[in-house]
Amino acid sequence: MENSKNWPLWEIFIRSKRGLSHKHVGSLRASDAQMAIENARDVYTRRQEGISIWVIESKNITASDPGEQDSLFDPSGDKPYRHPTFYKLPDELKNI
Amino acid sequence: MTAKAISQEERFYQLIDKEEKIEPKDWMPEKYRNTMIRQISQHAHSEVVGMLPEGNWISRAPSLRRKAALLAKIQDEAGHGLYLYSAAETLGADREELIEELHIGKAKYSSIFNYPTLSWADIGAIGWLVDGAAIMNQVMLCRTSYGPYSRAMVRICKEESFHQRQGYDILLTLCNGTKEQKEMAQDALNRWWYPSLMMFGPKDDESVHSDYSIKMKIKRFSNDELRQRFVDATVPQAEYLGLKVPDKNLKFNAKTENYSFTEPDWSEFYNVIKGNGPCNKDRIKTRREAFENGKWVRDAAIAYAEKQKQNNKNGKQ
Repeated sequence: MENSKNWPLWEIFIRSKRGLSHKHVGSLRASDAQMAIENARDVYTRRQEGISIWVIESKNITASDPGEQDSLFDPSGDKPYRHPTFYKLPDELKNI
Repeated sequence: MTAKAISQEERFYQLIDKEEKIEPKDWMPEKYRNTMIRQISQHAHSEVVGMLPEGNWISRAPSLRRKAALLAKIQDEAGHGLYLYSAAETLGADREELIEELHIGKAKYSSIFNYPTLSWADIGAIGWLVDGAAIMNQVMLCRTSYGPYSRAMVRICKEESFHQRQGYDILLTLCNGTKEQKEMAQDALNRWWYPSLMMFGPKDDESVHSDYSIKMKIKRFSNDELRQRFVDATVPQAEYLGLKVPDKNLKFNAKTENYSFTEPDWSEFYNVIKGNGPCNKDRIKTRREAFENGKWVRDAAIAYAEKQKQNNKNGKQ
């Protein structure tokens, strides 16, 4: 190992309390998953921000292309009938 | 330029206009990318080098409570450096290269950390003034146009207000103490006042990157505006301590509700930036040694991780 390598990059997800999902908080470098969890504990939960940590190596994430944002999300733009407010019902109707 | 590239460029400026954040995979002009990498990495280096003047006092803190608080503050700064390096990496920068640039003296960091910490009161003055100035700047940067930088700033600001308060608390205790203790506090203010004013950078008409940063909504206020705010906020705090700001020309203007004040000695500022401050060489030497002495640990961790992977492949535990 002539040139020391960067440790792999990990994305960190923290569950802040029971009932909430894990949320992306940032990334850090660590040599393996166990170290990533320990470093995430020190870097992202110094003030009781979490009760559970997920780590995933950044290279394993597949992301959508922001350049294709329009074509990817367009199809839901012209479907107002998916929302309850699309349906105009008489005011005297209750509990619906 | 292709039609697609033009629309990407238009989209970028539209996002900036609409106060929407730029995110890592968005197309962005090279100048924006390079400006962000430069600013975020300088900021990261400042957090990391910023641990050194305070580290000097961990073993000499006057009580266990002060020591625990100082350790927590310094640990926060390490964390802030890490948030920022990873924000820089989202722009395609290589962390090792950024650190290398610091070590060879190519990358800049905040000039304030090239001043020595001579007494315990300096730790109070750093928390109060240096972190206070940093917060002034960072609160503005919470609204910066680059998403990962903005998010890092929000976290950092949340954590940093304790830094300023613990510093003020140290000075408050000293100023309520013996005559010698109060003199120590005054001496610290005398030495840290002007370097703190320099933290906001050169005067607006001499600041090289300011125009672009304001236009791209990287910064929201100019160096001089932030400096003025800092003076206005800090002078009454000094008065509360019973300390005197070392500026004969300091004067409150009731009409504008601002203090007029003496500018720092800008030749000193440029001299320290060039590497001739009291501690520049020592700071970089310490960082470089820490990095080199830690190499075997980083290499061993990689070797261990690779061996574990191999063992798992072979079905061993």
